[in-house]
Amino acid sequence: MNDVLLDIRDLRVTYTTEEGLVVAVDDLNLQLRRGETLGLVGETGAGKTTTALSIMQLVPSPPGRIETGEIFFDGEDLRRKRLEDIRNVRGNRISMIFQDPMTSLNPVLTVGFQIEEAIMLHQRLSQRQAGRKARDMLKLVGIPEGRAGDYPHEFSGGMRQRVGIAMALSCNPELLIADEPTTALDVTIQAQVLELMRRLRSEFGTSMLLITHDLGVVAEACDSVAIMYAGAAVETADTERLFTNPRHPYTRGLFGSIPSLDEDVPRLSPIKGIMPDPTELPTGCRFHPRCPAATGICAERTPVMVAVEEGHEVDCMIYEGLVPEARIGEKED
Amino acid sequence: MQPNDTAAGGVKREEKQDPLLEVRNLKKFFNTKQGSLKAVNDISFSVRRGETLGIVGESGCGKSTAGRALLRLVEPTAGEVIFEGENITTFKRDRVRAFRRDAQIIFQDPFASLDPRLSISEIIGEPYEIFSLYSKAERFERVQNLMSLVGLSTKLTNSFPHELDGGRRQRVGVARALALDPKFVVCDEPVSALDVSIQAQILNLIQDLQDRLHLTYVFISHDLSVVRHLSDRVAVMYLGKIVEITTYHNIFTRPRHPYTQALLSAIPIPKVNAKRERLILEGDVPSPVNPPKGCIFSGRCPYVMDKCREAPPALISTEEEHYTACYLVHDQADPVAEE
Amino acid sequence: MRTGSDNVVIAEIDEKQEGLDDTEAGLTSAVPAVTGSRPKRRRTQWAEVWRRLRRNWMAMFGLAIILVIVFTAIFADIIAPYDYREQNLLRVADPPSREHLLGTDDLGRDILSRIIHGARVSLQVGFVAVSISLIVGGTLGALAGYYGGHLDNVVMRFMDVLLAIPSILLAIAIVSAFGGGLGNVMIAVGIATIPVYARIVKASVISIKEQEFIEAARAIGATDLRIILKHILPNSMAPIIVQGTLGVAIAILSAAGLSFIGLGIEPPTPEWGAMLSSGRHLIRRAPHVATFPGIAIMITIFALNLLGDGLRDALDPRLKQ
Ligand SMILES: Nc1ncnc2c1ncn2[C@@H]1O[C@H](COP(=O)(O)OP(=O)(O)O)[C@@H](O)[C@H]1O
Ligand SMILES: Nc1ncnc2c1ncn2[C@@H]1O[C@H](COP(=O)(O)OP(=O)(O)O)[C@@H](O)[C@H]1O
Ligand code: SF4
Ligand SMILES: [Mg+2]
Ligand SMILES: [Mg+2]
Repeated sequence: MNDVLLDIRDLRVTYTTEEGLVVAVDDLNLQLRRGETLGLVGETGAGKTTTALSIMQLVPSPPGRIETGEIFFDGEDLRRKRLEDIRNVRGNRISMIFQDPMTSLNPVLTVGFQIEEAIMLHQRLSQRQAGRKARDMLKLVGIPEGRAGDYPHEFSGGMRQRVGIAMALSCNPELLIADEPTTALDVTIQAQVLELMRRLRSEFGTSMLLITHDLGVVAEACDSVAIMYAGAAVETADTERLFTNPRHPYTRGLFGSIPSLDEDVPRLSPIKGIMPDPTELPTGCRFHPRCPAATGICAERTPVMVAVEEGHEVDCMIYEGLVPEARIGEKED
Repeated sequence: MQPNDTAAGGVKREEKQDPLLEVRNLKKFFNTKQGSLKAVNDISFSVRRGETLGIVGESGCGKSTAGRALLRLVEPTAGEVIFEGENITTFKRDRVRAFRRDAQIIFQDPFASLDPRLSISEIIGEPYEIFSLYSKAERFERVQNLMSLVGLSTKLTNSFPHELDGGRRQRVGVARALALDPKFVVCDEPVSALDVSIQAQILNLIQDLQDRLHLTYVFISHDLSVVRHLSDRVAVMYLGKIVEITTYHNIFTRPRHPYTQALLSAIPIPKVNAKRERLILEGDVPSPVNPPKGCIFSGRCPYVMDKCREAPPALISTEEEHYTACYLVHDQADPVAEE
Repeated sequence: MRTGSDNVVIAEIDEKQEGLDDTEAGLTSAVPAVTGSRPKRRRTQWAEVWRRLRRNWMAMFGLAIILVIVFTAIFADIIAPYDYREQNLLRVADPPSREHLLGTDDLGRDILSRIIHGARVSLQVGFVAVSISLIVGGTLGALAGYYGGHLDNVVMRFMDVLLAIPSILLAIAIVSAFGGGLGNVMIAVGIATIPVYARIVKASVISIKEQEFIEAARAIGATDLRIILKHILPNSMAPIIVQGTLGVAIAILSAAGLSFIGLGIEPPTPEWGAMLSSGRHLIRRAPHVATFPGIAIMITIFALNLLGDGLRDALDPRLKQ
């Protein structure tokens, strides 16, 4: 049990909005093992960012509220910790990088100063030592020391993301949460950043929760994957198994939706329909209105996560033996 | 529903040779505070009737500007755009308006490209109003037909854009572009703002419409997988120039330009054990205000030679259906091969 | 190029494509917008604005007052208990009483009747003056914003000149030159506030014209005129409406001010500012003569401001979360 660093159980997070109650995360279960990188994959609105914010205990409230669930980090439930203990965990033992690092950097302070400040907040170092360390961190992510005195807007998108990484890693966190860290970047810059993250991870042994909507990034950077749909994980497995043998109809649909770079696929096989209205999630299996395999029972009964093989769990009634599997193949031709 | 299984071999669809559009030495410079910004810097290519020419490149390399210059939505600084034998860059205002009936555009941002104050049917029917075509009843009929053509429920006729999700809005944009029955459509990153599952629906739609309506496309995207999936030929742009044009097949199997190779190797492939050679580029794209003097890629190219820094290499044919702007490739290629 | 009625496009539409089936996707009456932007029910944008406005009780209070004033102005002849011109020199500056609810003025006229008729004048001045400045300023601003360059420079420098002179001084100058009277006051107040509208319209035209749907309109062959009238102006209405509402208040106040200093609307027209002015020298002996017209002005301005603020919030919900 001790090798599980992060264990999320039955998490449910809602937002109260004018249109009604948005269930952003519903019954989410996730495990991240120490030293591992877990990819959290899903489309816009699947609840990925909300999950990350829940771990950090930073869900904006109001309108958000963590209703139920436990978030065990290193064996302790973060939801039961006192505020000051949480503050100590945040930025020190768990840190986060965002899609646009501009949002987490203060535009009127130099990047060097900001990293320094983050270090001094959590470590007992003198200002000089912290400054030294800040410049070392920048060097580590490939930014010349001399630029420590520059302001965030003086950096390009890729450089800013490096600054974000330097800041996040400056306190040697045990867990790094990266929320779409490369989505805003061009591919060649994305490749640089992914390479950097890979290097640093092996160097520091940091565990990582990598949020992305790009299955390519997952294949490249993650040890295991959780596919999220409308607030819940619908399939979890290690990367190899998930990519060689995706089981959930939604996962299969995602693979059918991406154009291939190295094979000729004359036509994509998209998932029909659109994401459900988050204020009125479908009954039963929440994917059933879009699922090619769905039968009557799918609208009525909620599936339970079952292990189809060791370490490969799927949230679909096909694997509970309640829905014939053949129907998936039929439509895919 | 059935895939058109003509995809065997290197050519996706039947041979297309007859050019619908020819672009010669097209340039578009913007005056900025820093100086003249060379957004599109002397590009030439042709688009054959019925084909899809893909344009791929990273953000800011000039794809959108090029696409808009083809349609006179931005005024080219220099160069010619020959559409069906006529140079549209010399057209006066009325001819440009008439040209709009033949050449259309689908925009990237389905949120910004629809007027929030107009209903769906008003948006799709606006071209008819502008060109005073058809009676009211006929217009209504046509708008309904267009809506079913692009897969929009006719229940949405009187809805407003903010009531629709991104995918449906993009369908509205497609319907508007097709209202005047154009021959040629520039698709400027039509799926970049959409989630993968919706993206696939729109890509299929764009593909089906081409087959049905015999459209010719210029398809712009920063995503090489998407471009390759849809295109017959692909042009790779970097810093305002085209560095390589070849068939969709060659672009993956035999990329010649070092930038194309780097671009390919940077794309994460959604497969495990997709072991590939890594070619990670250093640094960022230089500013289009001061592009490098010689080869546009010389500042970041791992194979840079002295002559690369002196004069820009021309985009010339290095093998059949394959044009490359790189001295390295020119040196290796048959010296007789020329355009 | 082509004569163009034959649309091949539309011929065959029978085929059902996968992924395109709205109906199968469980789409019933309400259209779920995709997550991110929260789902909205079917409503036009104006209905949406009205819904938000309705929830702001201060704005609704302002609107109610304005409606009462408008109603009073329209039916002044019926509502007013006396003829507003009718003098009764035997009852000069009488305090409020049962016959004269708000008392009488220095010439023994019924103040209530004069205030009721004055509403007509004030509203007229307000709306006409705002219309003048809106039409002139709006057109200039729209042209400057859309075309930019030289035109923009010339127009806006001219506006700067107008703006450099305090608007009340400008109005005074115009009225002194061309004489008072209702028409001239409206023109003077209107001209004085032209730059305000030119600036607002220009700013909003500039922000709208950069949006992609304007380019989309050009791509389908729309002329400049059509783009301005059909796409840009309707989308720039929000700040214009807010400014217009507040502008009516300002215009009413300016007209009252002009009348007060004797440059505006001439007696016997019952103008609130003029009434206030004529009650000035009685302020000790009969304070009601000046007070009631003053209260009428105050209530009107207050109501218009409440409504204007409410509209601002309702039209741009981003400003107020
Ligand atoms: N601050 C908020 N207020 C209201 N709803 C929100 C807020 N943040 C997120 N949501 C809603 O919660 C759902 C999940 O959002 P999010 O966690 O951001 O998903 P993702 O990161 O996967 O795109 C969405 O439907 C979104 O609209
Ligand atoms: N209207 C404009 N004024 C000034 N610069 C522009 C304008 N439009 C585009 N640019 C610049 O031209 C270059 C190419 O832009 P664009 O064609 O939009 O690239 P892409 O579509 O490939 O991302 C960029 O550097 C951009 O900043
Ligand atoms: S339970 Fe039914 S609807 Fe849900 S995923 Fe499985 S097959 Fe699809
Ligand atoms: Mg997110
Ligand atoms: Mg672009």
